[in-house]
Amino acid sequence: MKYKSWKEFPIGNVIPEPATSLEYKTGKWRTFKPVIDQEKCVKCLLCWVSCPEPAIIRHDDDTVAIDYDFCKGCGICANVCPVKAISMIPEEV
Amino acid sequence: MVKRIGMNGDTAVAYAVKQADVDVIAAYPITPQTIIVEKLSEYVNNGELNAAYVPVESEHSALSACVGASLAGARVFTATASQGLALMYEILYIASSLRTTIVMALGNRALSAPINIHCSHDDAYAARDAGWIQLFAENVQEAYDLTLQAFRISEDKNVLLPTIVNLDGFILTHSLEGVNVFEDEDIAKFLPPKEPIQPIDPENPITYGPLGLFDSYIEFKKQQAEAMKASYPHILQAFKEFEEFSGRSYKPIKTLGMEDAEIAIMVLGSTAGTVREVVRKMREKGEKVGTISLTLYRPFPEEELKKVLKGVKVLAVMDRSYSFGSPGAQLFMDVTATLINMKEKPLIFNVIYGLGGRDLVPNHVLSIIEKAKEYAELGEVSEKEIWIGVRE
Repeated sequence: MKYKSWKEFPIGNVIPEPATSLEYKTGKWRTFKPVIDQEKCVKCLLCWVSCPEPAIIRHDDDTVAIDYDFCKGCGICANVCPVKAISMIPEEV
Repeated sequence: MVKRIGMNGDTAVAYAVKQADVDVIAAYPITPQTIIVEKLSEYVNNGELNAAYVPVESEHSALSACVGASLAGARVFTATASQGLALMYEILYIASSLRTTIVMALGNRALSAPINIHCSHDDAYAARDAGWIQLFAENVQEAYDLTLQAFRISEDKNVLLPTIVNLDGFILTHSLEGVNVFEDEDIAKFLPPKEPIQPIDPENPITYGPLGLFDSYIEFKKQQAEAMKASYPHILQAFKEFEEFSGRSYKPIKTLGMEDAEIAIMVLGSTAGTVREVVRKMREKGEKVGTISLTLYRPFPEEELKKVLKGVKVLAVMDRSYSFGSPGAQLFMDVTATLINMKEKPLIFNVIYGLGGRDLVPNHVLSIIEKAKEYAELGEVSEKEIWIGVRE
């Protein structure tokens, strides 16, 4: 989403068109970013089950990836991973 | 055509609201504004006013209903005082941030405890940061006139901010005065019907009051801050149009004797009349004293005030309220913040008076002027805060 100047904002805090939540990416709330080491991953899918967002993308072969548009960086996936395949890396500011 | 009717401040406000042909009134009765909403419910009940009168269970609900109605496109009015305003507090900020055009009459009354129904400006000051335009009436005529002007100001497409009309509890709300009123059919010349701003339309849905976090909240607040500043010339324009319409002149600041005053007293509301009378008599004796009273309190008329205060040696700022633990009461802080970067500014002291309806008599005003003269001679303020009329 492109950030606008206060001069361009609609008056009165309104959102002047419907369904804009589809464009709202909550990924920018993140301060730590989960990164998956695919070599360690055993495809147990515990991260996919535990992610509250859900922001774990499950592929057909049960490999997983992070949807960074919506991952808020809560770290649950890294915490539940039995083989420590997910590390939490600080986001660059 | 103008006719003259005997009315108290509350009745005059209700009369103006009826003539403004409001669409929605949501209010909860509280002394000393009760007569306003009682009168309005009568007007609606007997068919004199075609409006939805929403009886609610609290002031919080009253203002919430007003916000919804105003956003839907209605011309909306409410009235309250003191504890009622306090109960509206969280909705005050929502009403202004959503840029509603609600007009509220505030029958200024002291905040509890102890419980009191008489005049202080606690309630007006409690709303000073909430993003509402604030006007102060000095007499009943002004309460009538300013109520009409408040709708014109709030609904101006260059303004779109809610407005509070302050009238001193009992001193104005319950005092009978001859009031010049307009004929109903003439009102539209000054106050045309309200045009909805961003109306509710199922064909073109929009979202009111969404979440705005760290990625947008500060932009909305900056926009609101600029909107309040930018309203000033449009308020002046509304005053000018009202003068053309009525022959009665309104300005953000009213003064007497400020062209050569060395001692000045600044005050809000009905007390301005008492102060002006004392100052007028002193000026007849050749004393260089003057008065300043504000009709417009928010946005605060900073530049006008700076001009008016040129050449003043000592300024007494009178507050009918107190700000506990602050470096001064509310108007005092407004004035000192306004003058802070001026090279030549007067010595300033703060007078606390009239709390909970305590009378301020001409002798009190004389004693304030004596104190100011003493400071002028001394070249400094030895006591920054003085309480008038309090038993020691």
